[in-house]
Amino acid sequence: MPGMILLSLLVLSSAAYVLGHRRVLRMVGGPAHARNLASRPRYYGTYVALWCAVPALGLLLVWLFLEPIVLDQLVLRHLPDAYRDLPPERLSLLMNDIKNLAKGGIVSAQAEPAVQEAAEHYRRLQGLAKTALWVVVLSLSALGLHTGYRKIHVSFRARNQVEKVLHVFLVAASTIAVFTTIGIVFSVLFEALRFFRLVPWWEFLFGLKWSPQMAIRADQVGASGAFGMIPVFTGTLLIAAIAMGIAVPLGLLSAIYLSEYAPRGVRAAVKPILEILAGIPTVVYGFFAALTVGPLLRRLGESVGLSVASESALAAGLVMGIMIVPFVSSLSDDVINAVPNDLRDGSLALGATRSETVKRVVLPAALPGIVGGILLGVSRAIGETMIVVMAAGLSANLTLNPLAAVTTVTVQIVTLLVGDQEFDSPKTLAAFALGLVLFVLTLVLNIIALVVVRKYREQYE
Amino acid sequence: MNKPKSAASPSEGPSRSRTVRIVQAGLEKRYRAEKRFRLLGLSAVVCALAFLAFMFADIIAKGHTAFQQTCVLLDLFVDPDVVHVGNLDQADYQGLVKRSLEKHFPEVTGRQEKRELYNLVSSGAGTAVRQKVLEDTSVIGKTIEVWVPANDDVDMVVKGHVDRNLPESERRLGNRALGWIETLESQGRIAKKWNKTFFTSGDSREPELAGILGATAGSFYTLLVTLALSFPIGVAAALYLEEFAPKNRWTDLIEVNINNLAAVPSIVFGLLGLAVFLSFFGLPRSSPLVGGLVLTLMTLPTIIIAGRASLQAVPPSIRDAALSVGASRMQAVFHHVLPLALPGMLTGTIIGMARALGETAPLLMVGMVAFIVDIPRGFMDPATVLPVQIYLWADSAERAFVEKTSAAILVLLAFLITMNAAAVYLRNRFERRW
Repeated sequence: MPGMILLSLLVLSSAAYVLGHRRVLRMVGGPAHARNLASRPRYYGTYVALWCAVPALGLLLVWLFLEPIVLDQLVLRHLPDAYRDLPPERLSLLMNDIKNLAKGGIVSAQAEPAVQEAAEHYRRLQGLAKTALWVVVLSLSALGLHTGYRKIHVSFRARNQVEKVLHVFLVAASTIAVFTTIGIVFSVLFEALRFFRLVPWWEFLFGLKWSPQMAIRADQVGASGAFGMIPVFTGTLLIAAIAMGIAVPLGLLSAIYLSEYAPRGVRAAVKPILEILAGIPTVVYGFFAALTVGPLLRRLGESVGLSVASESALAAGLVMGIMIVPFVSSLSDDVINAVPNDLRDGSLALGATRSETVKRVVLPAALPGIVGGILLGVSRAIGETMIVVMAAGLSANLTLNPLAAVTTVTVQIVTLLVGDQEFDSPKTLAAFALGLVLFVLTLVLNIIALVVVRKYREQYE
Repeated sequence: MNKPKSAASPSEGPSRSRTVRIVQAGLEKRYRAEKRFRLLGLSAVVCALAFLAFMFADIIAKGHTAFQQTCVLLDLFVDPDVVHVGNLDQADYQGLVKRSLEKHFPEVTGRQEKRELYNLVSSGAGTAVRQKVLEDTSVIGKTIEVWVPANDDVDMVVKGHVDRNLPESERRLGNRALGWIETLESQGRIAKKWNKTFFTSGDSREPELAGILGATAGSFYTLLVTLALSFPIGVAAALYLEEFAPKNRWTDLIEVNINNLAAVPSIVFGLLGLAVFLSFFGLPRSSPLVGGLVLTLMTLPTIIIAGRASLQAVPPSIRDAALSVGASRMQAVFHHVLPLALPGMLTGTIIGMARALGETAPLLMVGMVAFIVDIPRGFMDPATVLPVQIYLWADSAERAFVEKTSAAILVLLAFLITMNAAAVYLRNRFERRW
């Protein structure tokens, strides 16, 4: 339905453009005299079109946001008193039933007459709202067209007005990043604070036991489940450490080889392939880790007499490490290439071999940049979700044994939040607390990395 | 390699200074270290490439068979008592298939045995018959030959994914069923056909009936929302920050924000979507609209960063020339700078879209993981996307889903490689060096 309204708005504002364009040309006495206008004719058209579209669009957005809330309230007021005194959860369930009934869908229980009547009422209101929306939006649009059309005249500075609107749009677009960050912080923080009201924060941060599943069975909220994040956090760090143990040497060495040793042809061939490695969706790595690497490690372990869990930290870490290799290697490649050639030449001229030059001159000079890259890699490893969801375990074991199954922060967030759950249990709220930890942790890592990289860049520019 | 000249003539008598002798004594070792280091670098590259090759080979080996489906040829009597012109759509076609199977194996009598026999073919076999009848209603009352899809267990055995020599207790198919399969095979009644279902149907609990069309449509709608929002907003933000923004604290803050958002874990965006779009704004769960909004926020930093880089590459002389002939700043930017920077921005957008296409975690958070059979027809319908479908299938217990998962991965990778190739082509075709 909004699609149709948008379409008709589009048609209307195109008409407005044509009207404005024509009117101003007529006023000035034909296209031949267009240069007597204060702005080019098309700016007048655009001006009228903006008047026609922008206020109507704004109203449409506000309406679409408010409509469900207002409708709910109206329907609630229509219900008999007995229903209105229900607790909020029951009430929202009832509202769902009413909406489903109005849509002609399935309801959770045999509908009572009052509910059926409410559904009928809801449907009537919906129809009414739909018509009202059409009328209001279209008339506002027409009104805007009229206003804009009246405003233009020969010496009217249409360009300045249009550019002002454009400028506002540009500024608004650039602030979205800030709003996103604010949105993330608030949505995560808000729910996390609700969680900390149920579970004290020290228990969450320093508790040694994590078993959120118990919380839903017991009725008393927060009293039963254990929400100590230490084992989850240890698991995350363990897998991230394994991953970095793979990614740092492989990534760094291949970056060194590619930038210092490889013939031009090899470099030109290998770099895009490493980029492919970086572009593979993580769910593919996860599938590979869960179905190939995991069983392979298990069989390997059995053959040497070790018991390896089929969802071992090693399998997830190994594959995650490979995933991060191109990331580390491309960042290191950049900083190694940024080291001025004078340094290399000086070292070589003194008789050092290439490897000595790399180890004693190039790497120390590039170290801050490389460290920054590695930190970004760590933040990736900690935030990586799909590989661990598919290949790591669910139960939180407090262990550093890479052959055992551990769980991670991201795995817990996914398992706690996927599926329908009430939004108030500490179980779902715990996911947001974990999300807060994850966000803060990666934020700190990113900021350190960015600062380090930026500082380093200033050195050689 | 830059071997010093002196290395060619190792000893020239006692006239050489002591330093040279010390250096030369160590040379052998240093060259060995050099070689080792070089080899180490090479082996790191080879290691990464070998892993990639191994992964691709593994997925292709697992997935290529999914493009074929085992079918069984049945002689089927289209009983006019069951199917007549009045009930063409709802007739019991599956029943016809069952009776035909009984006719092929008249020795089967027991209830348990019969059920096992029926299980040779898919529960979607009736649909294949129905299609045949709908195509040509004159077959009613005749015996026709029809290929129907086999059950996934049969499919696995025929494709050789399940070893027939395993003890019976470790197979999903019993010895009896195996015997029937062998009989059918010897009659030439079992063949592997092009698996059209895989591309034309939605998800299903039955592996042989599951397809990726629903997920692909979901991905399409989601990406459409993402593209429609992130491209204009990303370009506008890049334009503002690069061309108009004054240098002050506020714009610094925006910059830091964008750089940081680019490195925030994707699952956190999912939490944002769950809390803001679903709980606060009350948008429909599992819909491509919400998925697209979340992915928009996630890809915006990529697009903005790429856009700024390509704006920076446009030389200032272009702006100066436009301004000097009386264009306003807006006109200079929109008429001259933007067209020159657009190819670079498009490249960045395509790369961002490719990443959005492969993204899974944030979509799990906004409920796009539901089991959805219907193919979504709009932005509000419940939908899932390709990577999530891969995740769901990878979780399924049936052996046949491994094959489907790998095949879906191959399709997803094909899309991604196409997109990336388009980006590379665009870059090479339109890139200008000033």
